[in-house]
Amino acid sequence: MRPISYRDCERNITLEPGTQNMKPETINNNFKTEEYFVNMGPQHPAAHGVLRLILTIDGEIIKNVEPDLGYIHRSIEKMCERDSYQQIVHLTDRMDYLSSHINNEAVCLTVEKALEIEVSERVKVIRTIISELTRIASHCLWWGVMGMDVGALTTYFYGFRDREMINDIFEETCGARLTMNYNIPGGLMFDIHPNFVKRTKDFITHFKTKLPEYDRLLTGNVIFQKRTKGVGVLTKEDAISFGTSGPVARGSGFANDVRKRHHYSAYDRVDFKEALFTEGDSFARYQVRIMEMWEAMKIIEQLIDTIPEGDIKTPTNAVIKLPKGEYYQRVETARGELGVYINSTGTKNPYRLKFRSPGFSNLSVLDHITKGAKIGDLVATMASFDFVIPDIDR
Amino acid sequence: MSYFSDIYNGIKTLLTGMSVTGKYFIHARKGSLTQQYPDNRETLKMFDRFRGEVVMPHDENNEHRCTGCQKCEIACPNGTIEIIWDRGIDEETGKKKKKIDKHIYHLGMCTMCGLCIEACPTDAIVWAQNYENSVYDRTKLSKVLNQPGSKVKAGIED
Ligand code: SF4
Ligand code: SF4
Repeated sequence: MRPISYRDCERNITLEPGTQNMKPETINNNFKTEEYFVNMGPQHPAAHGVLRLILTIDGEIIKNVEPDLGYIHRSIEKMCERDSYQQIVHLTDRMDYLSSHINNEAVCLTVEKALEIEVSERVKVIRTIISELTRIASHCLWWGVMGMDVGALTTYFYGFRDREMINDIFEETCGARLTMNYNIPGGLMFDIHPNFVKRTKDFITHFKTKLPEYDRLLTGNVIFQKRTKGVGVLTKEDAISFGTSGPVARGSGFANDVRKRHHYSAYDRVDFKEALFTEGDSFARYQVRIMEMWEAMKIIEQLIDTIPEGDIKTPTNAVIKLPKGEYYQRVETARGELGVYINSTGTKNPYRLKFRSPGFSNLSVLDHITKGAKIGDLVATMASFDFVIPDIDR
Repeated sequence: MSYFSDIYNGIKTLLTGMSVTGKYFIHARKGSLTQQYPDNRETLKMFDRFRGEVVMPHDENNEHRCTGCQKCEIACPNGTIEIIWDRGIDEETGKKKKKIDKHIYHLGMCTMCGLCIEACPTDAIVWAQNYENSVYDRTKLSKVLNQPGSKVKAGIED
């Protein structure tokens, strides 16, 4: 179709007789406009990865948003059916790569549940600390990118600066910065590095001075608030019926933190508040994540001084065979609830393995809440959703 | 009235934000994280657990610890390790014994998961900390880890 030109619009002005003195706005109402579609992505700088959004728009008003997936599909679930249970763990690093440790933990917890083995207290505490560090690192990156999406480039550097310290902690203990693969079914691959405790404490002290700066730089900024307040409002009812989870749901007042409701690892013994806001707009989702960073620091502080002694690995067979049956375990990643479903027929590979990823359900609500909004608001809403595309498109 | 208070608030928050950025502008040298790579190659040291690539250490007699048990090959999720083995005669007992001919490692396929090193019963393979792995031809990424003419150290059994 030929793009609509200014000429076409001009030709379509139909002036009724006796309307020569019409006000300009009434004349404009007689312009015939047509809906058209544009692609946002898959290589769009504001689209956080290879997500293609097919936008039907009328002028700048969004009529319909249709996400089109498949650009980074690696068939991880199918590959899991081929791999042994130890090998599955490293594939989950590549799903939501910003919460890779938490993904690893989810698979390990499922396998441990099926084998009915209990890991030592030390493993539970270390897993919890690293999970919370992962959450802070993920939210730091999101904070930087969120600022950048609404036009503030400085946040990007500050977010990455603080994330760098956590990456160093991971690199020293696990050997890798992003795809750590530190968990194995039955425990951890090796013990924490002797410097781990000191570095983590240093980071907490450092970050406690930096998080207020985040607030001063971005949270209080008028432009930022105008861009996010009242934008992309998700009601509590919709949050529940679309199956959203994580900060997206908690920004709408839907309290569903897996760490609080279905304890796993060491979350039963720590005291923390569930970040909950009721406005449901992009700013509420922003506030949830900022508050989660404070709470994550609180959790780490409660555990870091009292890491109990104990075994790092509970021995398993070299070839793990799960008993026949179905197993499910959920964890709270930085983006929401990740569920791992394993259907085993008693062999060394799963018969079927399904990940319930948080991003996929959260994406489904995007069309619903951005109808009638402007394109700029869609970008701000997407930023507040914090999509990681490989997590949506496994 | 709200028009003027909006302007006032806008300028105030702008200045609050700029006080943060201004602080870093003035103290630009302090606490900066930027590394001047590749100028700092000599001083840049990776952490000792850093996963650079899998290597097989040899001692001064050109002896390694690999018995050719193939456990690493089985543990690897993506076929990065290939072991070509042979049967040699054990000098002491005179019996036939498995030994490696070639321990092939395709660096280009490795996901640095560490499962092979976990699986090795004799600690024959370890992580190296090098991080500059780019080459012009990808066939150069396939390496034979055991050096030519090397043999397994005496007394290593799996
Ligand atoms: S690190 Fe992982 S991918 Fe690489 S060779 Fe070892 S087992 Fe294979
Ligand atoms: S490197 Fe280790 S696991 Fe691999 S064949 Fe040699 S001894 Fe066996």
